[in-house]
Amino acid sequence: MSAVLSARRLGKRYGRKWALNECDLDIPSGHVVGLVGPNGAGKTTLIHLAVGLLTPSAGTIEVLGNKPSDSPAQLSRVGFVAQDTPTYARLSVADHLALGAHMNPGWDAEVARRRIEDLDLDPKQKAGTLSGGQRAQLALTLAVAKRPEFLILDEPVASLDPLARREFLQSLMEVVVEQGVSVVLSSHLVADLERVCDYLVVLVSSRVQLAGEVDELLASHHRLIGPRHDVDALPRDQHVIEESHTDRQSTLLVRSDGPILDPSWTVEQVDLEDLVLAYMGQAGLSTRRRRNPDGGKAVSQLDVVR
Amino acid sequence: MIAFGWRQFRGQALVGAAGLVVVGVVLAITGPHLVSVYDSAVAACRESGGQSAVCNSNPVTITYRGLQYGVIAVVLVMPALIGMFWGAPLIAHELETGTFRLAWTQSVSRTRWLLVKLGLVGLASFLAAGLLSLMANWWGSPLDAASPDRFGAGNFAVHGFVAGGYALFAFALGVTAGLILRRTLPAMAITLAGFIAARFVVTDWVRAHYMSPVTFTQKLSASNTGFQLNGPIGSHATASVMAQAPGLPNAWVYGARIVNDAGQSPTTAVMQQACPNLGTAVPPPGLFKKGGPGTLGSHSTTGATGGIQDAFTHCINTLSANYHAAVTYQPANRFWTFQAIETALFVVLGLVLAGVCTWWVRHRIT
Repeated sequence: MSAVLSARRLGKRYGRKWALNECDLDIPSGHVVGLVGPNGAGKTTLIHLAVGLLTPSAGTIEVLGNKPSDSPAQLSRVGFVAQDTPTYARLSVADHLALGAHMNPGWDAEVARRRIEDLDLDPKQKAGTLSGGQRAQLALTLAVAKRPEFLILDEPVASLDPLARREFLQSLMEVVVEQGVSVVLSSHLVADLERVCDYLVVLVSSRVQLAGEVDELLASHHRLIGPRHDVDALPRDQHVIEESHTDRQSTLLVRSDGPILDPSWTVEQVDLEDLVLAYMGQAGLSTRRRRNPDGGKAVSQLDVVR
Repeated sequence: MIAFGWRQFRGQALVGAAGLVVVGVVLAITGPHLVSVYDSAVAACRESGGQSAVCNSNPVTITYRGLQYGVIAVVLVMPALIGMFWGAPLIAHELETGTFRLAWTQSVSRTRWLLVKLGLVGLASFLAAGLLSLMANWWGSPLDAASPDRFGAGNFAVHGFVAGGYALFAFALGVTAGLILRRTLPAMAITLAGFIAARFVVTDWVRAHYMSPVTFTQKLSASNTGFQLNGPIGSHATASVMAQAPGLPNAWVYGARIVNDAGQSPTTAVMQQACPNLGTAVPPPGLFKKGGPGTLGSHSTTGATGGIQDAFTHCINTLSANYHAAVTYQPANRFWTFQAIETALFVVLGLVLAGVCTWWVRHRIT
């Protein structure tokens, strides 16, 4: 399984502030990868480094085996839809397709034409008068018709209404099925990605907190509810991600490759959103503990997240 | 990429072309009448054997003064407008709206993207301003013939093709400001200020040094000199004399100085010896309209009569034995050389700015 994107100790600094720091990451090919993290986690910086809009201040990044650059050869292999799906407001839909055709040697005019037809867009309409959803679809069309091997989308649905969101993700899935392209799409809301991703990367403060295939992640995480337990007494292969206790009851989210054998637990399935929130919370808490080593008062981990 | 660059620029290009067409139509409509006014005045002068008043002042310069000023203003302002409305938004607008992320992730290197945009709109800037300038020159040629001074510091900029160089520079300045500031509006302001500053600096301090001026000497006479009195008139004023620069058609006259063969100006001692009575002669009443006793009076000899006129004539005659007027100027036939040098200067400045843009796009916006 080769990596479409791999980063080693990758960092990007603006002045004194590191937008991304010491980031290690591998994204395997052949997946639709959700890159999830809270605002400010470094997602956009990471993506801009991957498409060559930024150059690293530290470390290395490789995309499709090469350093990202503004060389035409590398640019032609990666399709990119930027945040807020920028388009030229004063140019028409047809102008945008002409842009794509002029600026991409591998341009697939047939794909572009069909997508615009399917989307029921008027080629003469100015991009500035398109709805947010239509604009996003136009941006996706540009990225797709250049026939990339790897498609990167930065918060593509963040500003769309729920219906446009669903339609956008549907047409993205059609592209994935037709072209077999590897995809990374970022979001700060895992709910956006749940339906389309088969691989998940959770990024918090430049660190990968969790990475893996969605099925495996769901299969290896469990919510345990039972009488109050001491978490230190759990079997070794069960790692507590999140815990909350009342006087009588404990609720844990654990990672465990083996089955849960202790019969006093009620074992529940976790969904992707719970999982992501738990990992983000863990990262948030560890940050807070580092800053305040004495602990002070006990903080419920969910409070940190919310 | 060129086709797309044009597609993006099309709207602004049309606005610019429409402006040129409007100016062109106005000039084409008024041009023939202007020529006929000029020609009939020239004919009238010839008929009168050179005695008519129109020989000295062709009425065309008065009839068309208003429109002439308008045309000059348009030619002067056009490069600044190009810099502000074609240059400043070129990259800044892409940075503001985020479309640079779209443009720079197509299969074209951003250097090429930049160079195509710069080349395309830069060429259009040069051509638009050059064309406007040529149209204005064609239209104004009778006016130039009536008062030939195209080399004069104020007229140089609106003649020939130098406006094309200004436009190219203003355009590059606008692009650079927009790229560095990342905002269109402040970039427009900077472009306007920077362009005006550059034009002033070059006009006032640089242009005169493109080539060493030519000097010729003129015998001093009462008709090409004037004098100035400092101090209480009629008693102990000190006098100084100065040469008047001759009017040379289409030449750029820097000035005239009174010097001896060694290049020295007359000292106070020389003046007192040659012109003992100039400071003490009583001026005719009403000669010095401005200023009371003890202030400075200055005038040319025209109209001066009586004692002071005699004193001045005596003074000049005495001085002319050892002194002459040295006139420094750029001959009219250097006009096109100067046009080429100034155009090249601004084009080179524009290219330097284009280099800055290229470097900035490659290294600073990453």
